[in-house]
Amino acid sequence: MAKSISARHDMPRQEPGVRRHNFQEVALGYDQETAVAEANRCLECKNSPCVRGCPVEIDIPAFIREIKKGNFAESIKIVREKNSLPAVCGRVCPQEDQCEKVCTLGKKAQPVAIGRLERFVADYERERRPVAGMPQHATSGKKVAVVGSGPAGLTVAGDLAKLGYRVTIFEALHKPGGVLVYGIPEFRLPKAIVQEEVDYIQKLGAELRTSVIIGRTITVDELMADGFEAVFIGSGAGLPKFKGIPGEQLNGVLSANEFLTRSNLMKAYDFPTHHTPIRVGKRVAVVGAVDSARTALRLGADDVAIVYRRSRDEMPARAEEVENAEEEGVRLDLLTDPIRLIGENGWVKAMECLRMELGEPDASGRRQPVPIKGSEFITPIDTVIMAIATSANPLIRQTTPSLECNKRGYIVAGEETGKTSKDGVWAGGDIVTGSATVILAMGAGMKAALDIDRYLRSK
Amino acid sequence: MNTILTKKSVADSTSLFVVEAPQIARKAQAGQFVILRVVQEGERFPLTIADFDREAGTITLVSLSIGASTMVLETLNEGDRILDVAGPLGNPTRVEKVGVVACVGGGVGIAAVHPVARAFRDAGNCVISIIGAKSKSKLFWEDKMAQASTELIVTSDDGSAGRQGFVTQRLQELIDAGRKIGLVFAAGPAIMMKMVAKTTLPSGIKTIVSLNPVMIDGTGMCGGCRVVVGGQQKFTCVDGPDFDAHEVDFDLLLTRLTAYRNEEEVTRCRCKGTREL
Repeated sequence: MAKSISARHDMPRQEPGVRRHNFQEVALGYDQETAVAEANRCLECKNSPCVRGCPVEIDIPAFIREIKKGNFAESIKIVREKNSLPAVCGRVCPQEDQCEKVCTLGKKAQPVAIGRLERFVADYERERRPVAGMPQHATSGKKVAVVGSGPAGLTVAGDLAKLGYRVTIFEALHKPGGVLVYGIPEFRLPKAIVQEEVDYIQKLGAELRTSVIIGRTITVDELMADGFEAVFIGSGAGLPKFKGIPGEQLNGVLSANEFLTRSNLMKAYDFPTHHTPIRVGKRVAVVGAVDSARTALRLGADDVAIVYRRSRDEMPARAEEVENAEEEGVRLDLLTDPIRLIGENGWVKAMECLRMELGEPDASGRRQPVPIKGSEFITPIDTVIMAIATSANPLIRQTTPSLECNKRGYIVAGEETGKTSKDGVWAGGDIVTGSATVILAMGAGMKAALDIDRYLRSK
Repeated sequence: MNTILTKKSVADSTSLFVVEAPQIARKAQAGQFVILRVVQEGERFPLTIADFDREAGTITLVSLSIGASTMVLETLNEGDRILDVAGPLGNPTRVEKVGVVACVGGGVGIAAVHPVARAFRDAGNCVISIIGAKSKSKLFWEDKMAQASTELIVTSDDGSAGRQGFVTQRLQELIDAGRKIGLVFAAGPAIMMKMVAKTTLPSGIKTIVSLNPVMIDGTGMCGGCRVVVGGQQKFTCVDGPDFDAHEVDFDLLLTRLTAYRNEEEVTRCRCKGTREL
């Protein structure tokens, strides 16, 4: 072999100096030759720990085997058996925490680039079988309502439409995709891909209704009175949290959700052609996230720092994105926590932080950050983006009294079934677990779809 | 859906739109709003539901052409469709029988006050409505407000309509005259609502205002509409839009409303007088 088996093939990317000025996709994808070469690194080990490492248990060795043989069409079929959004997951899954973490090859060398291979076959399919050319299916079974068109809702809708149910997806925003469209930037996940996935699910027979807010326009009880025999709630955990520190209400301080909604959903990076504005100063601090930092850079900031109170190892962001961010010039201000924002004329102009050190692990298993006394310091900052956490959207909880929620507002649902306390109602994704990954939401959607099918067949 | 069935100019730069929106009309209650997107590149922005007809399946919106989004809306005509209309959003106004209720509407805020005045009147209250604007050319719905209220007081800054003066002066006169006002509801420019709060504070009359911060999604997911009420952060779109006026930090609201002033000027200039931006 020309290349040592220990080194995995790099993902071709736009040059950092170029890509920090545009919103086009950074990762360009493997070509066929590279994909086959990378696939050939897979040992097809007996154990296949990668399958168990995958939240939806894709038959990874099998799909990689088909790539080795050049059977890309066959390969994507295998992926699609377990994953209804492969072009998305291949791009956004934190594979380094999932399949690639436990890869047998990874013990002695670098793990097989499973995610990049998934993306490769998903894109191969997209290019050769455009959704536009697919036949439109009609379904005639029992009516199911899906609330939210994020990864959980899209998965439930697709799986149930395939089984012949008449599915209607209700989306509160004017564009479908949920966090895929408002949260993840264009340069990581092109919105055209999200739209194709949504189109595909509609071709399967699911109906999509946008700008309908379940809990306001229609309540869950009204849906059921209207003939929907099952309801899946995938409304997400979009309510942004703020730190509660002084100065957080100053102009120039915003939640990552707001910043990304302006940029991604409303295309504010294209202002003034798109009318929604977005303001980014010269010196930007992003507290707790990578996507906003890279977006701020692209919007013209001179200096962008990610301020994070733990260390690099604890960062929940996808490893490749942290790498990309640093290459693009984003600074990492680790073990640092903002305690005060200082303003002038109503605008933020400086940030006071404390240095932290890592102490004992907390309930989540991560080491707790502990402030270092006397380490306060002030830096000039003119934009602060808070990406610390989100919590459950309250609209459905407030208007569906018989739905049991925990004290933090998340819906209580069975882990293996997604069943809630309300008869005929399931839930999955962030509205159950709190803020988590796309693939976990998808996994929850798959389980709920199976249980809904079981329930409806027994009625 | 979302077709404009009727469009009428009701005042200077102010148009009324009756929009086909049966699902929203069915659920709409006084105090709630919708989020609109007029064209693909347009912003999402809120407008209070000024009236609704559940049987006809329509909602009525009143828009003052003041920025790019409202100017683009103004270019639409009967038969045109508004791209997206989502709602009804926000908590409905809490309507109780208190006796005498004063409803104060300033400028385009008159539209927001209209359904609330009517709801309080229908609940058995004596509703005294005070409506005001800079001048007669900016006033509208005197007839509708008269219908929705028990008493109507009209005022204008320049005296061209009703008595000369501000809505707050009329309100102060009612208080001074010993009218037993149990509740004041006000909607209009933030500065006006701030002044209404100031006016009622000494006598401690419970005062509710319908806040109007900048909004982007309107469903609770971005925090752009956050306000501080009683020292606590609230999201106008899911916790409001109604809040206790004496607890609202109006100065903060006024400052936050200016955050995108420069950008708003850019889009306003681009669309002045043209159909496309």
